[in-house]
Amino acid sequence: MSTAETRPICKPGDYKSDIKPIWCPGCGDYHVLLSFTRAFAQLSLRPEHTVVVSGIGCSSRIPAYLSCYGFHGVHGRSLALATGLKVSRPDLTVVVASGDGDGYSIGGNHFIQACRRNIDMTYVVMDNRVYGMTKGQPSPTTEPDFDTALSPGGTGLSPFHPLVIALASGANFVARAFSGEPNETANTLVEAIRHPGFSFVEVLSPCVTFRPDEREWKNLVHAAPVAATSDPAKAARRIMTDDGFNIGILYRGERRPYQSKAAAKAIDIAELEKDFAL
Amino acid sequence: MRETEHISVAIVGSGGAGALTAGNFLLEAASRVGWHGLLTRTVGPQIRGGEAAALLRLASRPVECLADRLDLLVGIDWLNVDHFGPEIEVGPQSLVVTDPASGGLPAFVSRAGARSAEIPIKDIAKSVPDGRPNMVALGVAAGVLGLSEEDLSAAIEKRLAEKGDNAIEASKAALKAGIIAAAQLDLGLRLPTPKTRETQRWLVSGNEMTGLGAIRGGVRFAAAYPITPASEILEWLAPSLAKLGGVLFQAEDELAAINMAIGASFGGTPALTATSGPGLSLMTETIGLATATEIPVVIVDVMRAGPSTGIPTKSEQADLNIAVYGLHGDAPHLVLAPQSISDCLFTTQWAAYLAEVLQSPAVVLSDQFIGQAVAAIDRPADVAFIGRRVTAVPQTGVYKRYAVAGGGVSPMAIPGMPGGQYTADGLTHNERGTPTSNENDHRVQLDKRRSKLEQFSYGDHWATLEGDGEVAVITWGSLTGAAREAVNQLRAGGFAVRLIAPRLLLPAQPERLRAALAGVNRVLIVEQTHGGQYYRYLRAHYDLPVEVRLLNRPGPLPIRPSEIARAVMEWRL
Amino acid sequence: MSKASSIPPIFSVADLLAIAYRIELDAVERYGVLADQMETHNNPELTKVFRDLSKAESIHAAEIREMAGDCDLNGRASALHSIWRKGESPEEVDLGAAHYLMTPWHALQLCLAGEKRALAFFTSIAETAKDGKVKEMAAELVEEEAEHVNLVYRLLRKYPEPTDSWWQDGDPPTAQD
Repeated sequence: MSTAETRPICKPGDYKSDIKPIWCPGCGDYHVLLSFTRAFAQLSLRPEHTVVVSGIGCSSRIPAYLSCYGFHGVHGRSLALATGLKVSRPDLTVVVASGDGDGYSIGGNHFIQACRRNIDMTYVVMDNRVYGMTKGQPSPTTEPDFDTALSPGGTGLSPFHPLVIALASGANFVARAFSGEPNETANTLVEAIRHPGFSFVEVLSPCVTFRPDEREWKNLVHAAPVAATSDPAKAARRIMTDDGFNIGILYRGERRPYQSKAAAKAIDIAELEKDFAL
Repeated sequence: MRETEHISVAIVGSGGAGALTAGNFLLEAASRVGWHGLLTRTVGPQIRGGEAAALLRLASRPVECLADRLDLLVGIDWLNVDHFGPEIEVGPQSLVVTDPASGGLPAFVSRAGARSAEIPIKDIAKSVPDGRPNMVALGVAAGVLGLSEEDLSAAIEKRLAEKGDNAIEASKAALKAGIIAAAQLDLGLRLPTPKTRETQRWLVSGNEMTGLGAIRGGVRFAAAYPITPASEILEWLAPSLAKLGGVLFQAEDELAAINMAIGASFGGTPALTATSGPGLSLMTETIGLATATEIPVVIVDVMRAGPSTGIPTKSEQADLNIAVYGLHGDAPHLVLAPQSISDCLFTTQWAAYLAEVLQSPAVVLSDQFIGQAVAAIDRPADVAFIGRRVTAVPQTGVYKRYAVAGGGVSPMAIPGMPGGQYTADGLTHNERGTPTSNENDHRVQLDKRRSKLEQFSYGDHWATLEGDGEVAVITWGSLTGAAREAVNQLRAGGFAVRLIAPRLLLPAQPERLRAALAGVNRVLIVEQTHGGQYYRYLRAHYDLPVEVRLLNRPGPLPIRPSEIARAVMEWRL
Repeated sequence: MSKASSIPPIFSVADLLAIAYRIELDAVERYGVLADQMETHNNPELTKVFRDLSKAESIHAAEIREMAGDCDLNGRASALHSIWRKGESPEEVDLGAAHYLMTPWHALQLCLAGEKRALAFFTSIAETAKDGKVKEMAAELVEEEAEHVNLVYRLLRKYPEPTDSWWQDGDPPTAQD
């Protein structure tokens, strides 16, 4: 490279760590990793001021593959951990990564509460409609007739509607993305991170090992036919009547994000102790 | 009129009579006058309108436990009083004040052969405009104890300030009427005239002291999920933390609460959560995460009777097992236990200090008895230590978060520090923090986490050690006060007994206990459990003399000093 | 990617070269990622194939650098980074088509698809560009890409199409968490 060339502060490559992913070749999460790095570069995020928090599952391995701070915590609780972090360190950019199992099953209640709280963070769920890490059990978004060892013949249960649940619970930004379009996904992530409050991005990310049928997704996805709305009911109706493959930003809300009530200037502890004195 | 060290008083009533409020006023007034006191309460299962008893013990020295029986019992009414059982015990020397409108004396009073006196509390209350029976009862108790209207008026004015002048006036009038009615009564006992106070007096609960200890220890983030009997810690911390620029954040469940606390701590803010047994059970997985990722966090368990939902309003010491052994895998961590209401402050502050310095979770085992009891204590000394985690980051090269250096504590990078990026991981990891299944890495990190705790010098705070003798009473937590009183009684009777009460339960301190037990050939272990958890813990971690006996009982009844003293004496023979 | 890439706004030769450069660099990186994947998943043959492809792309990139002379390609490309806002880079390798047991034939098919897309991309620019110099440079790039396509076809002659059982593994998957 000639010295005359100007370099951007951070290129996407700067956000990758030197740790090699253990994901199966062909896994959609490789593209999602790419999207993260592109989005972070576009936003010129400082790696030392960015934290990626995850739970357990294939998608949750992502923090170690990035050069930011990261937390690979316990199953299903990444949003709670990220909440404690962001509320006490509002200066950090916090992105939470999860999968359909970690996020919608064991993590279900935390998902709903996080949408309600509308704290400024971005939640990216890599949805492959299966529990990949533990070898192929159905997840809350698996089709009812999908045959597995733990549920022979399929669960017979209606799949979870994460985007609609997010809307009903108060998320401020809702989008669906597809790992096979890393640039589009990166753009969506940029907007999600920029949007104040709780942003939720569901990334359809095929599992090549346990859901080889998902290779078909690249032929099924299509851009959402209409631009995002700021009416949650309208957005919910659109999502509940779509084919599950509308890609794009589906909702941009205007809720005021969570505001800390901490005093700007701390009092002396002795002031508190006065209440105990007779 | 005989002078005595302690006087125990109870006010009982139901259906919103206000017995507990009266008890609060009485304690406050007694404290202002200069006595020490301890106030506990016992209630029925109803949310409103249940039967309630305020139990008070006053003395000229700090009070840490209840007496065997009451000296004075004032009954606003006796509805469902049998539910309290032996928690309200009277004897032939006791004086029971009853309202004739309540019907006869309850059976337990007659059976005990206690003295009784009739005062028409409800009628007196009606004779005063807006008079309430509990204020009359308060006046009766105050009068018997020798407290005056002035002694009580400051308390009344402060606590009823928001209810307005009418309420204050009505209360004072009812109080006065009660005091007048009590003139005819003679308890036969009085406390020594209080000496002038040198130190400031505080009126506090163990839960409040736990909160203050956390704050003094540097905690500025608390995650809260309410549970009886821990909620008051969180309720006190909510406005207090906010005023200090910190945060108390309500979680959706205990799983979220412990995770939030760890998230905040990872971000550099010392953090705490408080719960009881059922919540601690939920939290164990994530406490293990804090252990593995070496993240400081304080978890207070205000123990209640278990197992499962148990008796939420009663105390027990049976969460010891889960606090010590409840983490899966080999997960050394800190467990501490305060010994009194005022010790809740020191021990929680110390727990926060140790958690930060050793980058470890610290479980603080308080219990319902000290958590919810209120005492008049001397203002605790300002112990000015705040734990600081080591946070230096190397200037060049790859940062190794879990580098093994002397002592086992590795510098912790805080988000925002350039060059310190790492991913904290519950997966077994190498020095850098990268997941590994390598045998050597696993061993190295296990050694590191254990040795950092074991090599630390905890100083003399690790246990209370008092007295000398060949017999030792070993106990812990809220029973320390009762054991101390028993040991003091025995010593006064010419029989030397040692008291040993560890404040630091994990890591165990075998060398130090060995030294404390030098010359002891008999040990009486006292604990409030059904299964002897503390006994088994001591056996597992320490060498004990050949002769060991166990005095244990599950909740809800506290173990009294006389029971402990009797157990020692019986053994002596 | 089955979708055609949209044409970004190209106003000058420098813009065109910046885009071409970025395309090559992306390909260098993508083949590098695939090489790493194959290495982690113990497929040394494919590791070499992808490293070689990555090296080949970096040579292409260097050639474009040569053509560009003093032009600040990176700066330009960054300024045009919004060019990929809609759609993906034409030579973007579909990571979703990778497989830990893939054979060189598969890798070359991926590569071929990428080169063909790049060819189509520059062809489209050559046809639609208004500026004469841009048209000319685009035509040169078309020739370059056509050569790459031919090269890949020649390489494919060396590798037979794999049998139906190429993906079969003697072992079942392993759960790791």
